Amino acid sequence: MKEEDCLLKFEIQGGEFLDSGESSAVIKEYLKKIGIPHPFIRRVLIATYEAEMNVVAHAEKGTLCFTIEGETVVVRVHDKGPGIPDIELAMQKGYSTATQEVRQMGFGAGMGLPNMKQNSDTLVINTEVGTGTEVIMEFTL
Amino acid sequence: MKLSDIIESIDGILLNDAADTNTEYTSAYSADLLSDVLALTKGHTLLITGTVSLQVIRVAEILGITAIIFIRGKMPPPEVIEAAKAKLSIPLIFTRKTMFETSGLLYSKGIRPCENVPADEV
Ligand SMILES: Nc1ncnc2c1ncn2[C@@H]1O[C@H](COP(=O)(O)OP(=O)(O)O)[C@@H](O)[C@H]1O
Ligand SMILES: [Mg+2]
Repeated sequence: MKEEDCLLKFEIQGGEFLDSGESSAVIKEYLKKIGIPHPFIRRVLIATYEAEMNVVAHAEKGTLCFTIEGETVVVRVHDKGPGIPDIELAMQKGYSTATQEVRQMGFGAGMGLPNMKQNSDTLVINTEVGTGTEVIMEFTL
Repeated sequence: MKLSDIIESIDGILLNDAADTNTEYTSAYSADLLSDVLALTKGHTLLITGTVSLQVIRVAEILGITAIIFIRGKMPPPEVIEAAKAKLSIPLIFTRKTMFETSGLLYSKGIRPCENVPADEV
């Protein structure tokens, strides 16, 4: 997916817990407007929000791209950050490297990645330690 | 249970005036970790939480949370109350009681756990 193909695009700032999470509200309005049923919207929003908050909690900065290809909603989040050394471990429920500060904001349950997997139809994670992470989620109507 | 009875039974304070205190509530979920709320609840529910960051409002928006009770004396900052006003029309309630006591009091008056899944079944 190329950047210019995004229907909606959001910049995400690492460590910015106050203003982050806006993408889910905008995507919600968009999907509502085009008549997408509520349970589907809920799935997209939960997974998208977790992906965005992972950039906020764990990375430096990132971009979230939302688009629709035929019957499929595609959300791609890529970030500049530490990357994920062990994806299998990171995918485990309850595994989290979140700091105490992040926990105070209500994050760090270690449920984000499992939650993204649960709510999407496909989840692809490409990551390079020291460089960053790309998460691509697809949701088929 | 009526919102007004909920507020009274936990010595709560309603933080926004928009709310209709006659609204009936039947279920609730207690958690501080927002990912747990996102992962483990189903349907619409009242939320009992000690997390007072703006992200609570985001999560409430995503899930259609019907009311939020902030517990153990944790007062949400003004910008959180403002955001709730702008984005949602749900009651925000403040209490000094603990999560345990708040949950117990509401349970004893008939509020039940919302539809949810335990983490080991996700
Ligand atoms: N974008 C990311 N960049 C770097 N590390 C990440 C990223 N997303 C997730 N991780 C790592 O995977 C772990 C598990 O993620 P998650 O399941 O979302 O739980 P949490 O965010 O609550 O820690 C994180 O604690 C972190 O170590
Ligand atoms: Mg996370």
